[in-house]
Amino acid sequence: MSIALEIFIQQAIIGLTIGSYLALIALGYTMVYGIIGLINFAHGDIFAFGFFASLTIFGFFAPSQPFGAVGLLVLLPLVLLLTMLLAGGLNTAIYRIAYRPLRHAPRLAPLITAVGVSFALEALFAVWQGPSQINYPRYFPDVNILSDWLGLDTFIILSTKDLFLFAVTIPLMIGLTVFVERTRLGKAMRACAQDREAAALVGINVDKVITTTFFIGGALAGAAGLVWGLYINSGRFLMGFEAGLLAFTAAVVGGIGNIRGAVLGAFIIGMLKAMSDLYISGEWTRIVIFGALILLLVFKPSGILGASEAPEKL
Amino acid sequence: MSMARLGTFWNALPAWGRILLIGALIFLVPLIIAPIEARTSFGILTSLNRALIFVVLALGLNIVVGFAGLLDLGYAAFFAIGAYTFGILTWPRHGLELGFFMAIWVCALVAAVFGLIIGSPTLRLRGDYLAIVTLAFGEIVPILVRNLDDVTLRIGDWVLVEHFNLTNGTQGMSPLGKPDLSFIEALLPVEPGTLSVGFDPRAWYFIIVLLAVIVVFASRRLEASRLGRAWKAMRDDETAANFMGVDPIRTKLLAFAIGASFSGLAGAIFASMIQVISYEMFRFQVSIFLLIIVILSGAGSIYGVLIGGVIISTFDTILLAQVLPSMLPNVDIQQWRWVFFGAGLVLIMLFRPQGLFGGDRHGAARGTPTVTGVHGTPAHGTPTVTGAGAHGTPTAGTSGAHGTPTARTSQGPGAEAEP
Repeated sequence: MSIALEIFIQQAIIGLTIGSYLALIALGYTMVYGIIGLINFAHGDIFAFGFFASLTIFGFFAPSQPFGAVGLLVLLPLVLLLTMLLAGGLNTAIYRIAYRPLRHAPRLAPLITAVGVSFALEALFAVWQGPSQINYPRYFPDVNILSDWLGLDTFIILSTKDLFLFAVTIPLMIGLTVFVERTRLGKAMRACAQDREAAALVGINVDKVITTTFFIGGALAGAAGLVWGLYINSGRFLMGFEAGLLAFTAAVVGGIGNIRGAVLGAFIIGMLKAMSDLYISGEWTRIVIFGALILLLVFKPSGILGASEAPEKL
Repeated sequence: MSMARLGTFWNALPAWGRILLIGALIFLVPLIIAPIEARTSFGILTSLNRALIFVVLALGLNIVVGFAGLLDLGYAAFFAIGAYTFGILTWPRHGLELGFFMAIWVCALVAAVFGLIIGSPTLRLRGDYLAIVTLAFGEIVPILVRNLDDVTLRIGDWVLVEHFNLTNGTQGMSPLGKPDLSFIEALLPVEPGTLSVGFDPRAWYFIIVLLAVIVVFASRRLEASRLGRAWKAMRDDETAANFMGVDPIRTKLLAFAIGASFSGLAGAIFASMIQVISYEMFRFQVSIFLLIIVILSGAGSIYGVLIGGVIISTFDTILLAQVLPSMLPNVDIQQWRWVFFGAGLVLIMLFRPQGLFGGDRHGAARGTPTVTGVHGTPAHGTPTVTGAGAHGTPTAGTSGAHGTPTARTSQGPGAEAEP
C-alpha cells in the first residue's frame, strides 16, 4: 500500500472515532428537538459532565493503569452504568427545573434558559476541576492491533482503544434506534414528536415521555463523556461547548429530529473534520464544517434525512 | 412607591424637560464617577464605556431579533467585521491610516454589506434554521479573521496578492486609529490638553453616549416607519404579512443590513477605544451575551433594551468583574461569576419569561402564529398595549411595561396546566 493511501485510511479511522462519540451527543440534541423543539444548549455540557463524573468515580476506586481483568470486566461496565445514570439524572433534573416551567412561555425563553444552564454548568466544572486542561488517566490498555497482534507491515494504527470506542458507542446507537422504533415508549416518543397535543389526547403521558427523552439523551451523552475520556485522555471544562457545537451541527446536517440522521450527520462531520485536518489544515477545519452546514441548509434546509418539506415545528 | 411618584413626575414633564433632565444626568455621570475612581482602584468609567458599547450592540440586535423576529445567534460576526474593517483601514502597517470620523462610516457600510451577504442565504429559511445558519456564520467570521494573515490570491499565473498580512492573525492588530478629540475639551470642564488624542475615558464616554443616542433615535424612527411595521407584521405572522403585501425578502434583508450597520459602527468605535483587537473578542459568547440582553430586557422594546442593557452589562463589567473580587479577595470570583450569571439567567427567565421590561408579549421571534388576543389566556398573557411602552407616552408607565397582574397569574396556571 502506498503511504498516501495509508495516511488516508488512518485519517478515516480517526474520522470514524470522532463520528462515533459525536453521534451519541447528537442523538440527545435531535431527540429533544424532535419532541419539544428546543435547541438544548446545555446538552454538550452533559457530555463534559460524563467526562468529569467518570473521572472522579474511577479516581475513587483507583484502579491499576492500564486496567487488569477486574478493571476491564467489572469496574468499567459498572462505572459506565453509573455515569450514564448520573448524566441522565442531571439532564432530567435540568429539564424539570429549567425547561418544564417554560413550556408555554415565549419561544426564546427556554433557549435563553438553556444558555444559562450551560454557562452555570461550565463555570461549575471550572470550579470543580480547575480551569486548565486536565489529564484523564490511561486506564484503557492501548495496543496497536494491526502491527502488534496481527503482525501486519503497515503504518496504520488501529488500537484497542478505537475498538473499545466503537464497542460502546455503536451498540448504544443501535439500542436507541431499536428502542424508539420497536417499543411502546418509543412509539409514544414518536407520537409526541409528530403532535404533542394529539398524543396527549390519545392518552399518552407527554410529560413522562419528555422526561424519558431527557434521561436517555443525557445518559448517552454521559457515556460519550466516559469513552471519550478513556480514548483521548485529556479534557477541559469547556469541552462540552466545543463538542456540543459539532454534535448539534451533526444533528442538523442529518436532519434534526431524525435519529438515523443524527448518526449519519455525526459520521459525516467526523470524516469532514479528519479529512480537512489532513488535506486542508486544522486552522480551516471549522470553516469547512460550518461552511458545509450553511451550503447544505441553503439547498436542503431539512438536512440529509429530514422530511422533504422544511418542517416548521412549533 | 417612590418609583410611582417618580413616574408621575416624569409624566408631568414636557418633552423638552425630559430631554434636558436626561441630558443633565448623562453629563453628570463622569463627574460623579471621578471621585469614586479616585478613592478606589476601579476603572469604572472605562468599564462603563465598554458596557455602553454592548448596549449599542444590543440595540442593533434588537432590530433583528426584537423587531423583525429573526433569531440571530451570530451577531458578534458584524461586531468583528466592524472592528476589523476599522483595523484594516487605520493600522499603520497597512499605510491607509484613514481618519477616525471617516473610517467609522466605512465600517458601518461594510458591515451592512456583510449583513446582506449573510442574510441572503437565510432568506429561504425560517425559525430555528435561520438561527443555525447565523450561528455558523458567527463561528466562521472570527476564524476567518484569524486565518487571513497570509493571503495569497492568484488567478492562473496572475498573482493578485502574495503573502499579504491582512489581519495580523493570532497576534491581533494594534495600534489603531484614534479620534482627535480636542474639540470636546472646549465643551467640557477639563484642563486643555488633557483629553488630546483619544485616551481619556471621559471623551470616549461622550462619543459612545452620542452613538447610543443616534442608535436609539434611529431605532425609534425605524420602529414607527413603514419598514418597522412590516418587520413586526412579519415577526408576528410571516404568511399573513406576505399576503398583506409585505415583501419578505426586502424586509428581512433590510433588518439584517441595518442591524449589522449599527454593530459595525459599534465595532469600529470599540476597536479605536481599546486599541487592540483580536479574533478571540468576537466569539460565540459575545453573540449569546447580546442575545441575553435583548431577551432578558424584553425583545422589541427600545427603552427596555437600553435600560436592561445598561443594568446587565454594567453588572457584568463593573460589579462582577471589579467590585466583588475586591470585596472578597479570598474567593475566585472569576470562576463563580459565570455560575451566578447562568443561574440568574435561568431564574429571570423562569419568573419573567417575557423579559424584565417586556410589555410586548406577542412572542418576539416566535416565528409562528399562536392564539393571541384571548383575554387572560394563561399561556400567552394579556395582549397589552404593544409599542406604547417604547414611545414613552404618559400611559406607557401603567399599561405598557407593567401589565404584571395578569402576567403573574400566567405563571401559576401555566405550570399547573401540565398533566
